[in-house]
Amino acid sequence: MRQTKRATLILEDGTRFEGRSFGYEAPTAGEVVFNTAMTGYPESLTDPSYEGQILVTTFPLLGNYGVPPQGGSPDLSKHFESSRIHCKAIIAQDYAWEHSHWLADRTLADWLKEEKITGLYGIDTRALTKHLRDSGSMLGKIVFENDDDVDFYDPNAENLIAKTSCTEVKEYGPEDGKRVVLVDCGIKHNIIRCLAARGVRVIRVPWDYDFTTIPYDGLFISNGPGNPDFADATVANIRKALEIGKPICGICMGNQLLAKAAGASTYKLKYGHRSHNQPVRRAGTNSCYITSQNHGFAVDNDTLPADWEPLFINMNDGTNEGIRHKSKPFFSAQFHPEASSGPRDTEFFFDEFIALL
Amino acid sequence: MNKDESIKKVLLLGSGALKIGEAGEFDYSGAQALKAMKEEGITTVLINPNIATVQTSEGFADKIYFLPVTPDFVERVIEKERPDGILLAFGGQTALNCGVELYRSGVLERYGVKVLGTPVRAIIDTEDRELFVEKLDQIDVKTIKSRAASDVATSLEIAEDLGYPVIVRAAYALGGLGSGFCDNADELRALVEKALAFSPQVLIEKSLKGWKEVEYEVVRDRFDNCITVCNMENFDPLGIHTGESIVVAPSQTLSNDDYHYLRSLAIKIIRHIGIVGECNVQYAYDPSSMDYRVIEVNARLSRSSALASKATGYPLAFVAAKLGLGYGLFDLKNSVTQSTSAFFEPALDYVVVKIPRWDLGKFHGVKREIGSSMKSVGEVMAIGRTFEEAFQKGLRMIGQGMHGFVENKEIKIADLDEALASPTDKRVFAIASAMTKGYSVDRIHELTKIDRWFLYKLQNIMSTARELEAYDTVDAIPEELLRQAKQQGFSDFQVGRSVLKDKMVQPDRTILDVRARRKSLGIVPVVKQIDTLAAEYPAMTNYLYLTYNGSANDVDYLGDHRSVIVLGSGAYRIGSSVEFDWCSVNALMTVKEQGWRSVMINYNPETVSTDYDACDRLYFDELTFERVMDIIDLEQPHGTILSVGGQIPNNLATRLDSCGVNILGTSASSIDNAEDRHKFSAMLDRLGIDQPRWRELTSMDDIHEFVAEVGYPVLVRPSYVLSGAAMNVCSNNDELVRFLQLAANVSKQHPVVVTEFIQDAKEIEMDAVAQRGEIKAYAISEHIEYAGVHSGDATIQFPPQKLYVETMRRIKKVSSTIAKALNISGPFNIQFLAKDNDIKVIECNLRASRSFPFVSKVLKINFIDLATRIMLGLDVEKPAKSAFDLDYVGIKASQFSFSRLQGADPVLGVDMASTGEVGCLGEMTSEAVMKSMLSVGQRIPTKGVLLSSGTAKHKAAMLEAARMLDRRGFRLYATEGTHRFLQENGIASTQVFKPSEPDRQPQALDILHNHDVDLVVNIPRDLSSDELSNGYKIRRAAIDLNIPLLTNARLASAFIRAFTSLSTDSVEIKAWDEY
Repeated sequence: MRQTKRATLILEDGTRFEGRSFGYEAPTAGEVVFNTAMTGYPESLTDPSYEGQILVTTFPLLGNYGVPPQGGSPDLSKHFESSRIHCKAIIAQDYAWEHSHWLADRTLADWLKEEKITGLYGIDTRALTKHLRDSGSMLGKIVFENDDDVDFYDPNAENLIAKTSCTEVKEYGPEDGKRVVLVDCGIKHNIIRCLAARGVRVIRVPWDYDFTTIPYDGLFISNGPGNPDFADATVANIRKALEIGKPICGICMGNQLLAKAAGASTYKLKYGHRSHNQPVRRAGTNSCYITSQNHGFAVDNDTLPADWEPLFINMNDGTNEGIRHKSKPFFSAQFHPEASSGPRDTEFFFDEFIALL
Repeated sequence: MNKDESIKKVLLLGSGALKIGEAGEFDYSGAQALKAMKEEGITTVLINPNIATVQTSEGFADKIYFLPVTPDFVERVIEKERPDGILLAFGGQTALNCGVELYRSGVLERYGVKVLGTPVRAIIDTEDRELFVEKLDQIDVKTIKSRAASDVATSLEIAEDLGYPVIVRAAYALGGLGSGFCDNADELRALVEKALAFSPQVLIEKSLKGWKEVEYEVVRDRFDNCITVCNMENFDPLGIHTGESIVVAPSQTLSNDDYHYLRSLAIKIIRHIGIVGECNVQYAYDPSSMDYRVIEVNARLSRSSALASKATGYPLAFVAAKLGLGYGLFDLKNSVTQSTSAFFEPALDYVVVKIPRWDLGKFHGVKREIGSSMKSVGEVMAIGRTFEEAFQKGLRMIGQGMHGFVENKEIKIADLDEALASPTDKRVFAIASAMTKGYSVDRIHELTKIDRWFLYKLQNIMSTARELEAYDTVDAIPEELLRQAKQQGFSDFQVGRSVLKDKMVQPDRTILDVRARRKSLGIVPVVKQIDTLAAEYPAMTNYLYLTYNGSANDVDYLGDHRSVIVLGSGAYRIGSSVEFDWCSVNALMTVKEQGWRSVMINYNPETVSTDYDACDRLYFDELTFERVMDIIDLEQPHGTILSVGGQIPNNLATRLDSCGVNILGTSASSIDNAEDRHKFSAMLDRLGIDQPRWRELTSMDDIHEFVAEVGYPVLVRPSYVLSGAAMNVCSNNDELVRFLQLAANVSKQHPVVVTEFIQDAKEIEMDAVAQRGEIKAYAISEHIEYAGVHSGDATIQFPPQKLYVETMRRIKKVSSTIAKALNISGPFNIQFLAKDNDIKVIECNLRASRSFPFVSKVLKINFIDLATRIMLGLDVEKPAKSAFDLDYVGIKASQFSFSRLQGADPVLGVDMASTGEVGCLGEMTSEAVMKSMLSVGQRIPTKGVLLSSGTAKHKAAMLEAARMLDRRGFRLYATEGTHRFLQENGIASTQVFKPSEPDRQPQALDILHNHDVDLVVNIPRDLSSDELSNGYKIRRAAIDLNIPLLTNARLASAFIRAFTSLSTDSVEIKAWDEY
């Protein structure tokens, strides 16, 4: 038998799940969330929106196809969504010690060890998920057999956007393309790839950068982790942009910040949406899309000002999946049109934005 | 709501008899479609001659026609019923082809019948290879294309262009002659030169050998909304038909990019083709890049879609039917959560493994290699939370004596490398052998091209087995190792054998020891729900499986003893198929109706019984003693029903009984008394009931002595089978000796049962239901063939038309005596031989038999409902109606799949060979015979008939039929003896020569190749191997040339009598309820 270290996931309500380690062996803590996607662990692990979270994958097998090289550059990797792992830990039922994929250059275990990230297997992730579903997302910590304890840690009490945003301006794409300011609230690289592939000049700016001081043809607000209430600086800049009137688009956190700038409010969902199979419907149409999602907060439809309306609605629970201005070129999506990981059915969203520039 | 309100009445085409490539999955999809229509208040008309299906039961369709699914019959039903719409996608290729023909001939337009769902144009685009390639070219989607060359230089150019390796096929050559793989120009040059020697042209295509095979199930509504419900990956790489492959859901070796690249393509394809409803897209996928080819698109529900439905809990057929009515996916709810939308893609939190079930051992001469055409007769689906767990479960489920991946009886493999490289039905076990012999994963991968990921997982199982084998008692196994083994799907048997090895003399005891030990350590499985959303939302259904990879049950067990468990029938195989599913579903319905919680255990994804709304709780899991006991421990049921699922549950009776399980109905000891040949025989002797003489013998001398007493022919059943031939009829001493040397080592450990074989006897079936030993309902039916044809292959007539009243009376009396002696409460079946008025009992089964749905539907008394009520302890009245009151007759005919089984001799004998059956009704025998024979693929000849009719008796039996053919102007061809016999009786025929006389003209085979005949009647003299090989070439040629073949004189006569005395136009189009 493979000798692996025992470790325990302890939730803030006292519930315990015993498992075994396959990653870096050090205690850790964060907010425990589950994701029902069946593929895409390299993308999820490097997705800044998981900053500070302990990720539970409901699909029981993990690590099957190893880990591809990052590729590209640290500012724009080829196979990852950022240059490092943002989760605090990842938990699955079963770990594949041997992987098989032509693109892989190491195992998931090796990668976790390199990045000092905890990984557990042998945990009944379905029971854990049901517990989170019934009781809501909660804090948790992982402690190892005969090892130190740690305190619980609440990532939502921290400004995670500031933590994951870039600190200086970077540009991508053809110099002669239309200029799109991309506000980095903890961006996934595929948003940059999707925009750059459409021939625009992407000017990626830090979350609190006053982009109204530079010329641009369109504004794009990225995804990002945690509570949107920390991004008041971004919201203030978006308000100015609303006055300027150039096309504005946003994804996930971008949807929430645009809504806040418009005057609506956000709230925390019981256990969030984290999966590849969230159905959304474009409001007032028969067009439906399967989307990739990863968010714990949502825009409150009822608080949208009169000149705004929901653009997309979640077909399962009726929550907001996007907003738009009734007359001006401002719109956003709560889901991830850039996918990565997940279905790519809504990539047209970028085309709709580019068409407005 | 977007429903098309003009549709009030819908016609659904079924798929007919079960056959290889088209099996029970279409009962499931059709039943779902009918449910969907019913929910909408739409009147349904069903055409399906498969009388054993659930969909042809009361309560599913409003009108049921047991008629062939062929354009002429369907047109007549349309003319009579005038439906507004027709559903073509739910009855497999049979329904689809029939629908396309009706469209092309203008019938649908003439009667104003709207095709619901995918338009026929789109179906044609996917069915016609050239149109398909063209269609996908339009959107730059890659397909597999071959290019033709007629010289070496062009061939080299094409290959250069495609990239090596390439496949070369010789055009216009049968049987793959001149085909092969080429890795480089030298190999290509050599092969093409050879091929061009006997073929004017070669076809060259890119070889995708070793590529992965991946499929997606896609749904689209008329608003262009698309979802992919499931993707699946084949364990076996490209080259093996997906129906022959082990299939895993969801895919395991695809990265997110791979998965969504193919998913997006699938959606692009179905949008372009214009599917409305469900379809399946199959890909070949390069294991070392993101290159792909589309293999095919099935614009209908398929085997894969049935599997995908069961694997995900998403009711594909039901949803597809609703989309056909005009709904959008957004209009429909997820039927599992009942709160979320049907527009979503299921998230699985388990892994599913499908394994095919082959029965190649049942056929003489068939090739064991598996490849691009389908040979399997059924499949199983296993669910686990590790791959190892699901895989080992699956290997047990196929039910061919394997205990999982390891700890099996070693199979003999002459050339291991060859067994790995050229897959047969046993390849998985060749992999196990290779691992035991120390082959590395890389080496096995090189030989098999199976992705290393799967092999690593199998290696894990092997390593655990090796660790267990280091211990020699059950108690010595460390707790953690035992837990790991169970998490990897080891059964208690495997654990026991791994430690005890050859010393495990009483496996039943050892299993209980392992069970006791693991329970004392708290190593027990937990129950998990399949909920389509990986626990994100609460599920309302109880679709369950058991796993050792978990710590909590999803079900709160009340311990109220209100559950009644019904054990299902497992994989479809020769001898057990949809008829037991019908029995299971009907038992569940009665259990529920009577106020009990109905609980099903079964693992066959092609069934209706594993539809989660067929019962209150469905355990999609094994039917082993171990797993059934696990479920009984959890459920604490009121009782368990073993008698409706065929032989698998029946075999568990004694062991379950000894563990204190409350078996409902006939007691375990009575079951044992009927199953145990010695006990049963002794009982018959005691009751003064006659039986054919038989003896269990352990030496050749004893066998000879017994044969001297009863005379040839004899039926020989070895208890330990080496060759795969289960039993045989031996006509003389030479054959007996040869068979026994070939098939069995006669010894004390391996006795042989020899039975006298009574020729020219009628075979009669008694299907009945009794309560406390008193028969409450019965149906006596007679075989058209004389005894010697397996009852599962025979053509059965009910009510009997040609039995003496005296015989009937005796059969009833003997049956009553047996029912009383065994104190039967529930269903049972007795088979009799009758000659003159003497009757002998051949077999007795204290369970429902294959013919229960047939007799129940013909008689319109549900025997299973009655039996189930009895088993639940309710008193039942004898039904007032009896078979004597019927003014119509039912004929059950068998479907054979010989065309799929290359090389197999299409002759019938004591071992069953049919894969399915139909049952048709008629005012008189001829009419019912004609309908049922046309339903199993026979056609009425228009040109000539080739007769070759065995013994003098057979010839005499065929004389009347030959005369009728002659009178109706058929051109007759006959082999030598038959020709002479016909001549003597004044019937003109052309003499043809057998292949054994190649120099004489005309040759029988030429007549077949020229299609001068469109019916072949070839009756072997007896079942001796010499005689069989004589006619083999003729029979096989008939099958390969798609010429209807009959090999039994009595059946051939009945069919010929039917079509010479009746025209198809005169056959009445009557629904079941009009009889």
